Amino acid sequence: MTTTSAQVRAAAQMPFPTARGPLGRRLTDLLARTPHDAGAGTRALVLHAAHAAAGVADVLHDDDVQLSLFVLYELHYRGVAGVDERWEWDPDLLRVRAVLEEAVERELRARVDVPQGVPAERRAVADALFAMTAPGPGPSTARFVARRATREQLDELLVQRSVYQLKEADPHTWAIPRLEGAPKAALVEIQADEYGGGHPDRMHYALFARTMRGTGLDATFGAYVDRVPAVTLAAVNTMSLFGLHRRLLGATVGHLAAFEMTSSLPSRLYGDGFRRHGFGDDVTEYYDEHVEADAVHEQIAGRDLAGGLAEQQPALVGDILFGAAACLYLDDLVGAHVLGAWEAGVSSLREPS
Amino acid sequence: MTAADRADEPVGGARTDARRPDRYGPPRVVACPDGPLLVRGDVEIVDDDGRPVRRHRATVALCRCGRTGISPWCDGSHKAVGFRG
Repeated sequence: MTTTSAQVRAAAQMPFPTARGPLGRRLTDLLARTPHDAGAGTRALVLHAAHAAAGVADVLHDDDVQLSLFVLYELHYRGVAGVDERWEWDPDLLRVRAVLEEAVERELRARVDVPQGVPAERRAVADALFAMTAPGPGPSTARFVARRATREQLDELLVQRSVYQLKEADPHTWAIPRLEGAPKAALVEIQADEYGGGHPDRMHYALFARTMRGTGLDATFGAYVDRVPAVTLAAVNTMSLFGLHRRLLGATVGHLAAFEMTSSLPSRLYGDGFRRHGFGDDVTEYYDEHVEADAVHEQIAGRDLAGGLAEQQPALVGDILFGAAACLYLDDLVGAHVLGAWEAGVSSLREPS
Repeated sequence: MTAADRADEPVGGARTDARRPDRYGPPRVVACPDGPLLVRGDVEIVDDDGRPVRRHRATVALCRCGRTGISPWCDGSHKAVGFRG
């Protein structure tokens, strides 16, 4: 069976990354075919995925699992270059994804600390989220970038962030049709600003692309996915996990609130790092925009979105706080990896293949 | 919508019906606890000399703690200084 141009699109799609283990190699082989031609191969991959997920010591740091999941999720965004678009809704491939997702969600729920006893009230939920995200004195990638990062480390920062920030806001947008009333209006208000308020060149991911190009990097989505470690992919995959499951609506909302609440102050420091190296507004605009925008978004996300949803659906309070805690936990893991590498004088990225 | 309503609508032009309420309602300012003033709607924000301050988004947050680095907008500094109010 041949595929038509409508089923395989090349524009703006992530190049197929290089597999990092047996699961990824099987997935690469499978997705080179059409769902029709794959036959029993897809069902066999379900078993391999279960084997891979069961055998890893730390699923959040496992390259094979996280890259495979990243590819599977990308089928639901803009697609992967050369991959037949019908794979997105192939039931057997969805089972492969489900096996990996279950392992990731189980690990996150076991690891993160979720505040208990928070009442399903707007103010209480907002206060709990602001307390969880309060600026602390600990090590921070943003402070390192502001004061010490080398020119090469600035590039590394952008490469690390590019796997999310070139599709910034998209994972949380999945929640819009699942909300109603005031929380829905709140999320749309935030996302409209994320997407430039009607101005394509003001879309946050477009601003990030300009920052990358301004420092001489390739701003194609996924251009650097082979260089990015598992833990960075895990942070992005978690957003897709939450966003693609209506069951995890509360977690998506909590994740967004925590994300927005930890952005304004660090963004100023990131901008300072680029200014220290002599970069101008074309490069720092992305960060300058986030200082101002996210100070607005965090109020809307904490009060109208998360607080409003908690009052509407009290049973979601636990997941709202879980989503926020997962966001912060993964942010800490990524930060520990990046800062650990930089403090040791080595790259935080994988070697080029 | 009835046929009579349709007949009243201008064809291919902007609606100018004065009876239609302002789409966004009156301007609204929310005093966020321990945080900024969130401003929605058609409000002109001017500096001390009465010059309009350029607004970059539909909903803006005005600093209330006095510690922002991007006055008059909020930059989240209230959290770093523990502003209460």
